[in-house]
Amino acid sequence: MPIYNQKVMDHFMNPRNVGEISNPDGVGEVGNPICGDMMTFYIKVKDNHLDDVKFQTFGCGAAIAVSSMVSEMAKGKTLEEALTITPSLVAKELEGLPKNKYHCSNLGAQALRKAIRDYAKKKGVKIEGLEEKGEEDEEGKEN
Amino acid sequence: MERKTERRVYLDHAATTPVLPEVLETMLPYLREVYGNPQSLHSWGDEAREGIEKARGQVATLIGGNPEEIIFTSSGSEANNLAIKGLAQAQAEKGKHIIVSAIEHFSVLQAARTMEKAGFEITLLPVDKYGLIDPDEVAKNIRKDTILVSIMHANGEIGTIQPIAEIAKKIKEAGVLFHTDAVASTGNIPVNLKEMGVDALSLAGDQFYGPKGSGALWIRKGLRLIPLMDGGVQEGGRRPGTENVPAIVGLGRAAELAKSDMHPRMRKLSYLRDRLIKGILTTIDHTILTGHPSQRLPHHASFCIEFIEGEAMLMLLNSQGIAASSGSACTSRALKASHVLIAMGLPHEVAQGSLLFAMGVSNTEDDVDYALEKLPPIVNRLRQMSPLYAKFIKEQRR
Ligand code: FES
Repeated sequence: MPIYNQKVMDHFMNPRNVGEISNPDGVGEVGNPICGDMMTFYIKVKDNHLDDVKFQTFGCGAAIAVSSMVSEMAKGKTLEEALTITPSLVAKELEGLPKNKYHCSNLGAQALRKAIRDYAKKKGVKIEGLEEKGEEDEEGKEN
Repeated sequence: MERKTERRVYLDHAATTPVLPEVLETMLPYLREVYGNPQSLHSWGDEAREGIEKARGQVATLIGGNPEEIIFTSSGSEANNLAIKGLAQAQAEKGKHIIVSAIEHFSVLQAARTMEKAGFEITLLPVDKYGLIDPDEVAKNIRKDTILVSIMHANGEIGTIQPIAEIAKKIKEAGVLFHTDAVASTGNIPVNLKEMGVDALSLAGDQFYGPKGSGALWIRKGLRLIPLMDGGVQEGGRRPGTENVPAIVGLGRAAELAKSDMHPRMRKLSYLRDRLIKGILTTIDHTILTGHPSQRLPHHASFCIEFIEGEAMLMLLNSQGIAASSGSACTSRALKASHVLIAMGLPHEVAQGSLLFAMGVSNTEDDVDYALEKLPPIVNRLRQMSPLYAKFIKEQRR
């Protein structure tokens, strides 16, 4: 029995939005405290919307599928909407992950959030939903 | 997992080997008509017993031991547990210090941990960058109360073969018992008890084309051993429980075949191995061969491919019909990088790129070339996704 479902496999085999944005409006880089992997999200913002989202991932199959899914979910959303993407929503959209792979879904949402925070900081704007969580929440959170 | 191709190439013989047709043929009667309990005193029992005793002889011949020194077990792991726990407990009055290497299989490491909880002291021996143990380092760590040293013959993750005879000499001088986990090596390279000079040795059938669920511990005549289980008189009371007769006769036949085919197999496999190693190292940059370059198992080719992670590689290889394995943190249930790679001093992110191929007797040059054709684009694809690689390229440009 394969460990990943078809949806996860699809995003792993054909990841959407892989790569880097030159001159991004925000960059978010996170490391996985559990297994030491890395994820970077790049965003381009237009009229308070995520005009473009790209990612780079150093990690397992689930981590790659998660990044792809997050990028797809985030693209086109307003910044406020994008901030409501949580690891469990990502896992749900992927129709589930193996138990020991749920921690990989944290990375994606965190990296996206960090990219938006980077953008807000650069522009000096306040975005609803961004300040609700403390900085510690962004990183180092396990599962 | 989805597969795009019909071609299938199994290069994961370090995980387990297929059962050879001859081995299966030998086993079948013992799953059908020869169903007696070897302990029974009728002809049904006699037939089963005969099968087991023949296998005992075959296994003994493979390693150069006496048949009565062989204890059949359910696996290499059980053999290792029996050796560590059984010998330590039997020697406890003499001392409570055990030495094992840092790169042992978990069945040795965890058995040692269990003994630690029972009041023993454990010393973990370091290895060098090739995964080799320095015999002098062993000698240095032997104390008055050392009762047992366990160092593996060959490592299944990196292929490195230890200088067991040299190590044994040092241990003998100190009068301490020496067990070697020869699960990865037995049946694949010559294992000669007389040359090695060990007191106990573990082996497993599914590492050399025998069935899963078959293993053995060879233990020098006259040595005391506390069994793991209580029960009947099977295996001299050292391994109670009705014998797994089909598995045992299969193990015996696999041992016999390994003995007679050893050198042609080794010649063929080392050719395939060298072809694969050379191909990978020349076509994929930033790749490290893990383990010793020459002191390694003839079928074993292991690497760390930098900037990418092992599980992702395995999945893409599998989509091309290729089976391999990895010691990356993401591939392990515990999400920990291989203790073997870390013990050799590899940084965590490099260990993440662990990839291991182990060839088998039915593999061909074509199989190797197929892997060599499929792997570089897979690596490339994952590197194009990797933030580590992007950083590396940028820094290089600067
Ligand atoms: S990134 Fe390591 S397990 Fe998913």
